[in-house]
Amino acid sequence: MQYEAVVIGVSAGGLMVLSGILKELPGDYPMPLIVIQHRSKDERTLLEEVLQDKCVISIRQANEKERIDRSKVYFAPPDYHLLIERDHTFSLTCDDPVNFSRPSIDLLFETASEVYKDKLVAVILTGANRDGAEGIRAVRQRGGLTIAQDPATALFPDMPRAAIDTGSVQHILNAAKIKDLLLQLAKNRTDHA
Amino acid sequence: MNKTPATDNEELKELLESIRFVYGYDFTEYAEASIRRRIRHFMSANNFNSIRALNKTLLEEEDVFEQFIQETTVNVTEMFRDPSFYKSLQENVFVRLATYPFIKIWIAGSSTGEEVYSTAILLKERGLLERSVIYATDINQKALQTAKEGVYHLKKMKGYTSNYMKAGGQRSFSDYYVSQYDGALLDRSLRQNIVFSAHNLAADRSFNEFQLICCRNVLIYFNQQLQNKVIDLFYESLCPFGFLALGNKESLLFAESRKNFEEVDRKERIFIKTGQ
Repeated sequence: MQYEAVVIGVSAGGLMVLSGILKELPGDYPMPLIVIQHRSKDERTLLEEVLQDKCVISIRQANEKERIDRSKVYFAPPDYHLLIERDHTFSLTCDDPVNFSRPSIDLLFETASEVYKDKLVAVILTGANRDGAEGIRAVRQRGGLTIAQDPATALFPDMPRAAIDTGSVQHILNAAKIKDLLLQLAKNRTDHA
Repeated sequence: MNKTPATDNEELKELLESIRFVYGYDFTEYAEASIRRRIRHFMSANNFNSIRALNKTLLEEEDVFEQFIQETTVNVTEMFRDPSFYKSLQENVFVRLATYPFIKIWIAGSSTGEEVYSTAILLKERGLLERSVIYATDINQKALQTAKEGVYHLKKMKGYTSNYMKAGGQRSFSDYYVSQYDGALLDRSLRQNIVFSAHNLAADRSFNEFQLICCRNVLIYFNQQLQNKVIDLFYESLCPFGFLALGNKESLLFAESRKNFEEVDRKERIFIKTGQ
């Protein structure tokens, strides 16, 4: 299967596991990675700066109307929902929080799955709420590949557990294995190119 | 295959076109993902199984359409949202507004009014409110009504107080409201210099000339064409060297008329009209 995009949802305890995965990705990773990390609304771009220091792949905050490019990691800006448009650009909204969260993982995953359908990879990592569970369900219903961090290895197991409880998660893995799988998916893509 | 009602793209397009044709509300140039989501939300809350069914009802029943407009166009906001913006507004813009004998401000897409009162409070503290008129406009009549009433949830006041202090407020925020039950009624004197009225950015024209236009987190809901149109509208509605303030993540980067504006504060998205 040729996947076209990766979406990642992560909340409490996320920085370590995220940097562990992202720093292993090459600068020419063949897909975009679009990440919702729940974060303080008072923070501006610290997260991106901290991660860029550790990673080869380009890390940035998503701008509204920006075209989504491969080989880039996009983070949702604090206090905005991040949505994907059919022309593969980003939209931002200030709509009400979903699951007490803005940005909300569910919203990104649902709109991404409408655009990328079965060519989407969705990953849920550590977190202390249940944002992303509905999103994972939507991704799987449209044939996308779904992954959750093994709750036993997550700093906060609630969020991956809620995703797994939907019955829509195909792979339950620790962070190192998730990284391996993301690299493998990239390799499959290149092999077929 | 999905539990939510299918929102087929063609049917969505048809719906937006017929709303425009029958009622004059133009959503055809809104950013699609969010309008689609709001429509879907309205459908599941009101038990419509298909866009087609929704379309039929909206065209036949005006009161359902009214409800649809109220529920799909309301934008969420808060008082002193992005305190650092309000700080910059005072430091970079209000000092220049102070040189005008009569100050006209347009807050476009004022929604439920939180940012209108925030601006009025800071103008008052600078001694400028008395010679200012703030035109607060929105497409949503119900939101305008809420704005006029100026009553907000008491439990939000704690967050607003903190925002107010970070924004450089000079007094105690509790001076500006009285609490009744679980509501906070904002100081009525703030309203004396505010004009609330309906205005549709997607369809209506300029109605005055202003020294400052604030339109924060409204353009993100529009597609590129409509953004360009609205920025042109703002350009026409500003006096020479008038100010334009946008939301934190909005820019003139992709706008055709960006050469007519210069940045006053890049981070806080405050621009000044320079071109002719």
